[in-house]
Amino acid sequence: MCRVVDLQQAVLAKNDACAHRLRAGLAARGTIVINLLSSPGSGKTALLEQELVVARRRGVPVAALTADLATENDAVRLARSGVPVKQVLTDGLCHLEAGMLGGHLDGWLPDDTRLLFVENVGNLVCPASYDLGESLRVALASVTEGEDKPLKYPTAFGLANLVVVTKTDIAGAVDFDEAAFRRHVEQVNPGVEVLLTSARNGTGSGALLERALAVADGAPVHSPVMTRQHQDHHHDDDRGRTHVHDHAHDPQRDHQHASAPAPAPQQRP
Amino acid sequence: MHEMSIALAVIGQVEEAAEAAGASAVRCVRLRVGELAGVVPDSLAFCFNLACAGTVLEGAELVTEAVPARARCEPCSGEWAVGMPPDLCCPVCGAATTELLSGRELQIVSVQWEDDPTRAPIREPIHEER
Repeated sequence: MCRVVDLQQAVLAKNDACAHRLRAGLAARGTIVINLLSSPGSGKTALLEQELVVARRRGVPVAALTADLATENDAVRLARSGVPVKQVLTDGLCHLEAGMLGGHLDGWLPDDTRLLFVENVGNLVCPASYDLGESLRVALASVTEGEDKPLKYPTAFGLANLVVVTKTDIAGAVDFDEAAFRRHVEQVNPGVEVLLTSARNGTGSGALLERALAVADGAPVHSPVMTRQHQDHHHDDDRGRTHVHDHAHDPQRDHQHASAPAPAPQQRP
Repeated sequence: MHEMSIALAVIGQVEEAAEAAGASAVRCVRLRVGELAGVVPDSLAFCFNLACAGTVLEGAELVTEAVPARARCEPCSGEWAVGMPPDLCCPVCGAATTELLSGRELQIVSVQWEDDPTRAPIREPIHEER
């Protein structure tokens, strides 16, 4: 007999559940994750090198995990700061998933870690879909990438809790139009803070660290419009047994509850 | 691209549901994909066809329902299609307190499968039959 069965399951439910467990487990031991997303070459590693050195100097217990398709070059660079660093080679995979991250933390992440910076694979498309259990998601763009980068990659910038511009020391040389960049960020993620940094001349040094520490201390985190959708909250009883919420409610990444009614149950032909 | 990872996630969940319900062959999987989900349906269908080989989903059709992204402004109650690239500031009052009504869906809606007459389901069916 052939039949149609309603499943109503979020495709990424397993990753989201895993991310939720990871976030809760880390929070219980006083650690938060900062997930850094950008295109290759935008300067994630250089910025992180600088922030790790500042953290070490201030005595903040931090650690960093960096993901690449190949080479341990980034880990070598980050390890110069003297903080615990781990390189993850994804073997060609274009993004990290929560389960992968959790597996790499077991037996490595020092107990007293306050902030764990995760440098995702350089890619603005795929990593955006995967919650890694982070409490702060940061999207970065360098001044050389064009002011319309947030419009070209709306999911990556639209889901970020913080946006960082890198390489501002050469902004003049490449005619970076800061106002246009900010306008484009605002279009996809109204209200998100934009930090200006240069690892070369020290502009914004320590600012990312401060934002991360504030989140670790319980400061409110910007809630992007794109995370404020009450999708998949179907409450019809007949779906109850297979229903999986597509996002976990978590105080660290809380979204504002909608005043609009939940979507009506889907009528099927 | 991550469409292969998405396809594998879909297949894994459908396999589990089919196993639990005692289904012998999956004929069709229906997905809802929002405009802002960051997934390319054609690419996903390509990966899905490849990854179904050797599973209970072999030969299954993947049907995707596209969901347009719509937002609503809380202060002025206006609603609009956000478009692509999305404009998430209210076009009327410019407020940033928008709420997304739709567009981020990435969901398995339903599955069509054949019941295996030789075996009883492990647990009760999880669905409404029609």
